[in-house]
Amino acid sequence: MKGLKVRDLQVEIRSGERRLVPVDGVGFEVAANECVALLGESGCGKSLTALALMRLLPEGADIAQGTAELDGIDMLALPEREMRRVRGGRLAMIFQEPMTSLNPVLTIGQQIEEALTAHGDASQPGIKHQARELMTAVGLPPERLAAYPFQLSGGQRQRALIAMMLAGDPEVLIADEPTTALDVTVQAQILALLKQLQQQRGMGLLLITHDLDVARDMADRVAVMYAGQIVEWASRETLYQSPFHPYTQRLFQVLPAISRRGQRLAQIPGNVPGPEVRLEGCRFSGRCLRVMDRCRQETPAWRQLSPDHGVRCHLADGVDPMAAPVAAPAPSETSASPSAGEGAAKATGPVLALQGLAVHFPVRTGLLRRTTDVVKAVDGVDLEVHQGETVALVGESGCGKTTLARAALRLLEPTSGRLELLGRDIRQLEGEALRRQRAAMQIVFQDPFSSLNPRMRVGEILEEGMRALRPELSGQQRAAGLARLLEQVGLPQDVVGRYPHEFSGGQRQRIAIARALAVGPALMVLDEPTSALDVSVQAQILNLLADLQRQQGLAYLFITHNLSVVGYLAHRVAVMYRGRLVETGPAAELLTRPGHPYTRLLLGSVPGRGLPETPASVPGGQAAAPGGGCAFAPRCPQMRRECLEEQPALRELAPGRQAACLFPLV
Amino acid sequence: MMPVVLWTDLLVWLLMAALVGAVLLIRRQPHLRAPWGRVARDPMAMAAALVLAAYTAIALLDSLHYREALPPGPQGEVHYAPEVKSVLDRLLAPLVERQEKSYSAPFATHAFARETLTGPDGQTIRDFPRLIHGGAHLADPVRDRAADILARLAAGLGGGLVIWLAWLGLRRGPRRRRHPQLPWRAMDVTLLALMLVVGALVALAPHYHVLGTDKVGQDVLYASLKSVRTGFLIGALTTLVTLPFSVGLGVAAGYFGGRVDDAVQYLYTTLNAIPGVLLIAAAVLILQAQMEAHPDWFETGAERADMRLLFLCLILGVTSWTGLARLLRGEVLKVRELDYVMAARAFGVSHGRILGRHILPNIQHIILISVVMDFSGLVLAEAVLSYVGVGVDPGMYSFGNMINGARLELAREPVVWWQLGAAFLFMFILVLAANLLADSIRDALDPRTRQRT
Repeated sequence: MKGLKVRDLQVEIRSGERRLVPVDGVGFEVAANECVALLGESGCGKSLTALALMRLLPEGADIAQGTAELDGIDMLALPEREMRRVRGGRLAMIFQEPMTSLNPVLTIGQQIEEALTAHGDASQPGIKHQARELMTAVGLPPERLAAYPFQLSGGQRQRALIAMMLAGDPEVLIADEPTTALDVTVQAQILALLKQLQQQRGMGLLLITHDLDVARDMADRVAVMYAGQIVEWASRETLYQSPFHPYTQRLFQVLPAISRRGQRLAQIPGNVPGPEVRLEGCRFSGRCLRVMDRCRQETPAWRQLSPDHGVRCHLADGVDPMAAPVAAPAPSETSASPSAGEGAAKATGPVLALQGLAVHFPVRTGLLRRTTDVVKAVDGVDLEVHQGETVALVGESGCGKTTLARAALRLLEPTSGRLELLGRDIRQLEGEALRRQRAAMQIVFQDPFSSLNPRMRVGEILEEGMRALRPELSGQQRAAGLARLLEQVGLPQDVVGRYPHEFSGGQRQRIAIARALAVGPALMVLDEPTSALDVSVQAQILNLLADLQRQQGLAYLFITHNLSVVGYLAHRVAVMYRGRLVETGPAAELLTRPGHPYTRLLLGSVPGRGLPETPASVPGGQAAAPGGGCAFAPRCPQMRRECLEEQPALRELAPGRQAACLFPLV
Repeated sequence: MMPVVLWTDLLVWLLMAALVGAVLLIRRQPHLRAPWGRVARDPMAMAAALVLAAYTAIALLDSLHYREALPPGPQGEVHYAPEVKSVLDRLLAPLVERQEKSYSAPFATHAFARETLTGPDGQTIRDFPRLIHGGAHLADPVRDRAADILARLAAGLGGGLVIWLAWLGLRRGPRRRRHPQLPWRAMDVTLLALMLVVGALVALAPHYHVLGTDKVGQDVLYASLKSVRTGFLIGALTTLVTLPFSVGLGVAAGYFGGRVDDAVQYLYTTLNAIPGVLLIAAAVLILQAQMEAHPDWFETGAERADMRLLFLCLILGVTSWTGLARLLRGEVLKVRELDYVMAARAFGVSHGRILGRHILPNIQHIILISVVMDFSGLVLAEAVLSYVGVGVDPGMYSFGNMINGARLELAREPVVWWQLGAAFLFMFILVLAANLLADSIRDALDPRTRQRT
């Protein structure tokens, strides 16, 4: 059989007397001209599996057993000399981080030619020609062969990397989270490109991802991994229509989506166990809702439900292999909670009101540091956030979302505009007066690992704000406040004496939320609070945020690029492009009927709805602003001549909806 | 007897107190304990630490100074001897007192140079005279010397071994293995080596000049032991002087940025552009001139030499803070952008508290690593500076002065090698131990190297 066939792969890490098995008996196959997705949360061993196949395991990790046959030749048994010919030749791999996968001091052309010389025997002129062909194949203009990696955008770098990997004409291409570091619009293009190349060349594609929607768009068959094992293996249709394993079923239920608005998200309790925690019996038993006594004692064997559907679960025992797979009963605890304020109270004035807020960074050059240019990170934004309301701020990376949020909290000095918090203009406040206002506005950051000081105990971290902003509290009152906070965010009371490194990402994010809540804010800025978390943990945090808002009437300014989270949580959405708002409106309407072409582009790029049709289009990226016209015009499919001449302002489309477009879609 | 507290003594003991305090603090804080626990489990580091501890003990003993009382005068008033002695001098009294006329080789019984002697029969001959002290107890040095040395060596080694065995028994005795995670094997072996060396020296040094004598007949072993304090002080006190500059200015530049950053950067680029040796030479020469103009400033020669040593530490410190300051500036630039600093700013926490609670604790590993790494470099720098003649007082024992003294004699035939050799050996062991410990501390504290292992 053509393609890749992996059997019983086991990777072990030995350190001293400890032996960890992060990949434990993994088997799957990738046929020629097929895309297989290896789906799993962080720490489940999917990346190690890929590295083991490439025989590029980090030091300390070894392949303990298993075979990986490519055309009947076991690659795990090949001597290193021959493996070097296979690697990058018949079997190639694309990595997650396009920034670090390319050598910054060589041009793209040199790097592609290097890959070509390593795996072909073409003469010099032939190589140049082949390199140009490869560039065309990945949708880059061949002139860019002379470019250095820093001159390319993230998406272009990933394309260049794909071109390098295609140089050896691989039979199987492994793509390890190829689009995780990219914006949704670019992600859609890269995925479409990969799919197209796979079909054109009849390659096998092994796609490693944590994103269910990406897998749905791309894969023909899907392997679901959990804690080092494959727990379910099925064709895409079967898996997405009737998942069997409780873990897979839960994964679908924890996803936020616009259709789940106002409902509590289903949760998977706990965290993904790392390789150092090995459970007896079934590895999911600790988090499974349908756990039986047997699951805790006996390791479930692999069972074939139908020729294209296998599962590792005891529940499969009673199932007739030939019968249609039983759809699992929907868990009952999705019972609707009172909607998180669909009609948020707007009687009082806005909690946060921005008028014409701008943040410009001067570009200084020369010996005397004269200002020669200005980067307009935020350029005149009007926005209101009311009590009990979630306003989502969406946009690609670099559009100014985070700068806007920091300026709104006066962590950065705005250049101009009005900034009102609870009706008070806080832009003019200084010193003590500003410090007192800080209690009303707090922030939760994206990365739970850098947002907590590793040298402080959790108790000290949580008390820091109380000490600084509410010095009138006695030690006893602070302790009582601490206990209440921990209960609110669902952490046990004994965490106060521990250090941040003892907690998982989700728990750290709870601590960060508690830290912000400690001073009793009216407004919370949530800067991508779940994008660094696994989907099962994301649901827990989103539920917590919704609960807190309901109980305390908090106003959220929610910064994100994940549109499913927006659809689930936000009341209103503000779409930002190059420092300006291009569209605002109620979430339900804006996400279903976008008024601005940019919003439509964003929505169309969200994975899980099929791939865009024109994959090879060169991405516009953040192209230079045209003089005076609409900033989005160079990327806009509806662009007309007027767009290049007039910069559109936000205009009312319908009550509560605005868009900055001369020719709005609604 | 009148105790004399020199400035450097005071600082050395304060430093020791600070070190003890730091150890107590580290033991209480789990996040500090963990990395230091890694150091404590590293055999190489602990062996190096034991060697350093031996050096430190010598330096500390040499930092307890006093002046001896002279016999009471006619009116019963007490006068004190002009020379300042230390506890180490007292312990090494046999070495101090046994002064020869000039050079003699290690274990020699006769002087290095021929002299005109008057024989018992009144004839003058030119021969190597017997030493006054070295091997003076031997009736026939040519015949007995080798046997005598071997016998004493055996006794000394035996004594060292017995003490070591006693220590082993004590350690494994009633309170068995209180810290089983420590690398006891490596520590025991190091201790054995130390005990054997000390035992051999104790047995041999009172009767021979184990490392020979120098130009004025002073025992080289004594000079080497006295030099330890100078090297140790230069290494330790100079870093103490650099810290306020490098930490204060580096952190301020990184944290506040803008004009403060510009000013600090201007300062250290300017300072870096001036050759350090020139600056040091100029400062030392000015000081020297001042001291000679005011002999009444100092009661004793030791105080004068001490002031010069302290000043050398100061000037070395002022010229060598720039590297660490630059390093810290870069690190603070990184740390201040981290989310937890941003969160503290969102709480309106004052700059002082942010620096104290969020920035400093997260850069302290860099400060520590750099301090330990710089120590050995400074010990070597002292040797070079004294050699050039702008280092410590010429009357003070130091490795640099020893090397400087041996310089001219290297051209002699046969070569006077022992003075240079002794300085080299002592300095080599000190610097090697310090570097090994520094490497281990860096591996344990630096998050980047930790990821690799």
